[in-house]
Amino acid sequence: MSITPGEEFVQLLDPAGNAVHHPSFADDSTPAELAADLRDMVLARRIDTEATALQRKGELGLWPPMLGQEAAQIGSARAVGPLDEVVPSYREHGVAWCLGVDPVDLLRTFRGTAMVDWDSRALRFHLYSFVIGTQTLHAVGIAMGMQRDGVVGNPDPAANGAAMVYFGDGATSQGDVNEAMIFAASYAAPVVFFCQNNQWAISEPISLQSRIPLYRRAAGFGFPGIRVDGNDVLAVKAVTRWALERARRGEGPTLIEAYTYRMGAHTTSDDPTKYRRAAELQEWRAKDPIERLRTHLLRIGAIDEHWLAGLETESEALAERLRAGCVALTGDGLGDWFERAHAETPPGLLAQREEYLAYADSFEDAR
Amino acid sequence: MTALTMAKAINAGLRRALAADPKVLLAGEDIGKLGGVFRVTEGLQAEFGPDRVVDSPLAESGIVGTSLGLALRGYRPVVEIQFDGFTWPAFDQLVSQVARLHFRSHGRLTVPMVVRIPYGGGIGAIEHHSESPEAYFAHTPGLLVVSPATAGDAYWMIQQAIAADDPVVFLEPKRRYHERGEVDTAATPLPLHQARVVKAGTDATLIGYGPMVRTCVEAAIAAAGEGRNLEVIDLRSISPLDDDTVLTSVARTGRAIVVHEAAGSFGVGAEVAARIQERCFYALQAPVLRVTGYDLPYPPSRVEDDFLPDLDRVLDAVDRSLAY
Repeated sequence: MSITPGEEFVQLLDPAGNAVHHPSFADDSTPAELAADLRDMVLARRIDTEATALQRKGELGLWPPMLGQEAAQIGSARAVGPLDEVVPSYREHGVAWCLGVDPVDLLRTFRGTAMVDWDSRALRFHLYSFVIGTQTLHAVGIAMGMQRDGVVGNPDPAANGAAMVYFGDGATSQGDVNEAMIFAASYAAPVVFFCQNNQWAISEPISLQSRIPLYRRAAGFGFPGIRVDGNDVLAVKAVTRWALERARRGEGPTLIEAYTYRMGAHTTSDDPTKYRRAAELQEWRAKDPIERLRTHLLRIGAIDEHWLAGLETESEALAERLRAGCVALTGDGLGDWFERAHAETPPGLLAQREEYLAYADSFEDAR
Repeated sequence: MTALTMAKAINAGLRRALAADPKVLLAGEDIGKLGGVFRVTEGLQAEFGPDRVVDSPLAESGIVGTSLGLALRGYRPVVEIQFDGFTWPAFDQLVSQVARLHFRSHGRLTVPMVVRIPYGGGIGAIEHHSESPEAYFAHTPGLLVVSPATAGDAYWMIQQAIAADDPVVFLEPKRRYHERGEVDTAATPLPLHQARVVKAGTDATLIGYGPMVRTCVEAAIAAAGEGRNLEVIDLRSISPLDDDTVLTSVARTGRAIVVHEAAGSFGVGAEVAARIQERCFYALQAPVLRVTGYDLPYPPSRVEDDFLPDLDRVLDAVDRSLAY
């Protein structure tokens, strides 16, 4: 399939749940696969809304909601293959869910009991990054490593991998992101730049970051860019599969702009009513990614009310597990952190730990 | 005199500077309609317009680099870095360009820029939101580094920093943003780079700045209950340091304890201790001690109370100093 950087918005399922024909992209998922997509979108939303509620109850210090971005995340994560590596920003809770991160582990850093605590190597889902855009360079470096490791461009597709990095519309203004695209283009690195354009960088609208649609920036760097309806899981899945396959074949990077909407706040510390119109949120509610897929699947008979009731039960159980898991998280004492700053801890730092522990013990003795 | 929070006091100082000089302008992420994530610039864009209170694209190097260009055109940019941990994308512009332009131009050019950075821990934040970067900047010739500890100082120091012709890194102790203090808008303020003796004493000198001044004062009050009379100095300016105020005090008390949140090694406390031993050696009754963050990246917030200097750690150091 040939794609020009100016290709129009890819949509395969409209907001009313109707299938849309596209000249280049089609969805070949079975009804069971689509039902699995809906399940993951519903469960990811439940994780997200439950975490927001846990923050409101004081159990988390902060939470960055991904509400509204379920299709962009589940659809793209579905395209990830066994040799691919995924590099997230800090809002990819849905991607994390799909790639097997225990949702309780997602909460640790936001509860303040740990840094970013999951086995990123085993999961091939790297650590969250909280400095905007920094991770795009790391993903390109991972892709460069894959080129050297011979996992790109092999005749057997099963022998190939690629990197995919997530970032937001705001991040595209950062120097790091632009440098990442230059490096990726120069080396034809097997990387997919997956930009979730959720329209807002805290209070700043996309118009402050870019005067052209973001996907068109790719042309300036010398690789394809494509805009997809980020609230259409079918389209996101099809486009991401295409881009990852290109990368794995050794055809270089792609920028995907998943056009979506941050339905919640930037984080639980943010109050979007100070800077955006309620009407805008209403407009996007009508494009809800879960609703349109549910409507479609009910219409084609892939699911029924009984199936949905089962999903609701599963969702309740997940929420309960998350709540119980969250309040049970305690974390290590400060003394445990001294040997984590260096691969080989300098003696002076070990001495600091001993001083700290002796000092802390002096309070225990006093009690 | 009115009682304001530190955040409101900085807001009032910025408002006064914007009103007094049409060349003053503010730039940063989310500082306009939102008023900044800490609301320090709240209402200023509505009052002075989007050309003078500028929402920037999400790029710290861009914010500082373009502000250097604005300074070359005679503007006095006051930029906000949203959180301490996001300063580093702008580090090259600050240390390689902003700090050196006066020197590189043989003194012909100036960069009257203020870089406001909410800094320090104690607010239960996730990583990159509790950093104390002062030593990097204080180590950079050409930059001035100041940090107010009270609302009253914040009100005046921000205006003095804006009026300065040299670039000033203005470190705002975010855990103190919501603490109230008296602001006298008709006062004659202390010079920007002068330290202040916050509490006079005779037995030892506690030296702090920014968020730790209150901690030092509380320690001194607690120590007074045990019959110890501690002097507390608020440095206010980290670079340049007001040596005279520090040395005069330590020459009298013979004991000094420097307190900061940043890691101890190669930090501000090391510089203060070096100056004291160089110039007050014979007056010292004990080694200069440091109470600081440990030499670790800022840890998860659930253990930050153990990481940060607090009243008990300061008093423990006082005990050790007095035991010499």
